[in-house]
Amino acid sequence: MAARAIWKGSLGLGRTKLPVKLYSAVEGRGLHFHLLEKKTHKRVKQHMVDASTGDEVPREEIRKGYEIEPDTFVLVEEDELEKLEPEPATDIEITGFLPEGRIGEQYFDVPYYLGPDGDAKSYFALAEALGNKRREGFARWVMRKKDYIGALCARDGYLMLITLRFAEEVLTARQLGPPPGKAPDAREVKMAQQLVSVLEGEFRAEDYTDEYEEKVLKYIKAKAKGRKPKLAVLPKRRPEPKSLMAALSASLKSVSKKEKEKAVA
Amino acid sequence: MPEENEDQRESSRPFWSGTISFGLVSIPVNLFPANRGSQVSLRMLGPNGKPLARKYYSEKTGRDLDAEDIIRGFEISKDRFVEISDEELERLEPERSRDISLQSFVDAQSIPRIYFEHGYFLLPSGSSRAYHLLAETMERTGKAGIATFVMRGKAYLVAITADNGILRAETMRFHDEVRSPQDVGLPRKQNPAPAKVKSLESYITQHSRAKLPLTAMRDKDSANLLKLVKRKQKTRKNIVSAGGGKKHKAEVIDILDVLRKSLKESA
Repeated sequence: MAARAIWKGSLGLGRTKLPVKLYSAVEGRGLHFHLLEKKTHKRVKQHMVDASTGDEVPREEIRKGYEIEPDTFVLVEEDELEKLEPEPATDIEITGFLPEGRIGEQYFDVPYYLGPDGDAKSYFALAEALGNKRREGFARWVMRKKDYIGALCARDGYLMLITLRFAEEVLTARQLGPPPGKAPDAREVKMAQQLVSVLEGEFRAEDYTDEYEEKVLKYIKAKAKGRKPKLAVLPKRRPEPKSLMAALSASLKSVSKKEKEKAVA
Repeated sequence: MPEENEDQRESSRPFWSGTISFGLVSIPVNLFPANRGSQVSLRMLGPNGKPLARKYYSEKTGRDLDAEDIIRGFEISKDRFVEISDEELERLEPERSRDISLQSFVDAQSIPRIYFEHGYFLLPSGSSRAYHLLAETMERTGKAGIATFVMRGKAYLVAITADNGILRAETMRFHDEVRSPQDVGLPRKQNPAPAKVKSLESYITQHSRAKLPLTAMRDKDSANLLKLVKRKQKTRKNIVSAGGGKKHKAEVIDILDVLRKSLKESA
């Protein structure tokens, strides 16, 4: 079944405007659990209470504030917030292009497909040009009263727009500083690199599937029928190896044995 | 309808604790989020300016519920639930609930960006020798270790990489969670005019740069909100102080402080 477009906009590349439709590229999955009251097995309700007295505060009396120092707030009114909302617009402004992979993966948030809204020839021309040049566009736009940044990329001959997290929302290792402890032994690193090279391969997303969800569902269904399926015991935390060298060389031996077996089979 | 609240991201406790295993080498780690919400967030206040808290309550008695009065349930048919605990969810997959076992290593740059979902840090808990070894190895090889593991009732596909001596875990969508152009119903590919492709290619080349300035990635909406707050602060009106009341537990936790503290404690 064809998906419905969630938004319409227009890619702006200089003076060229390319009308596009936006479609979600993600299939919602996963089991949904509900929070229940233990005694009644009924769904719990939520409300807002005064944090110090516990008294309920009705929705219409709630105000918003920015904490400037502990327990001191600057009040911000709804109409002021509305005035701050970006002007509605349909332009997805492409401000420049970067070599693929230049934006760190930790910034990537939600992927969308773009589909042509009229001019299909130009749409497929842009997808091909981006793919040929191995570049991605940097985009900024306003959608549903929010400011967005994103990466415009080509995938299998189609255009995708992936929203990016703002710089303020991504924590980097640099901000944490280095972990305590000494640099590892050069010989150990060499052996570890060997181990990595034995286990090296290409990333194929199709190779990874998961049966955990089905397992959980099966267990829940059995419980619903009044059965008590057996559960495994949780393992103890694996101990750290006493000697890294010994653990590494044993690992290398075991993987190379497996590789040999594979070659024979 | 309240579902499980995902809003536990900014917490001082690790999201998950266990080991990463690499061959026969096991490394004890704590997992913390590496993404945070907008830097400028507003607190909900009562009419007198006192900070509010979100609470769960019983529909039957109207009373607020504590964590121990709340269970998790799966709706098996309308309004009929089967209770399930965290322990049951873990014991259904005991190994992968405790261990991220690196099965293969791939070129970190080769993973399509559409798969990436959330970022986490894996910080050492316990001795850091093996931790340093893995981080150094990953950094030198430029590889990402791929694994699946189970956390809070869900299986995750992760890419483990190293950055400045710190191990990161990026959760990824499974292949069947990402739609194909056909699933979406995009039109069949058309062959564009070569001249049009050429002209777009030269446009792309002309507007290319090597790096994206971080300033281009700033959150303007939040910056504008902060400006408004500063402007109002200067007028000295519109300021409320909730002092005097019972001390409430600070709800705003700086995740960076939490991470730095955790790093120090592992020493």
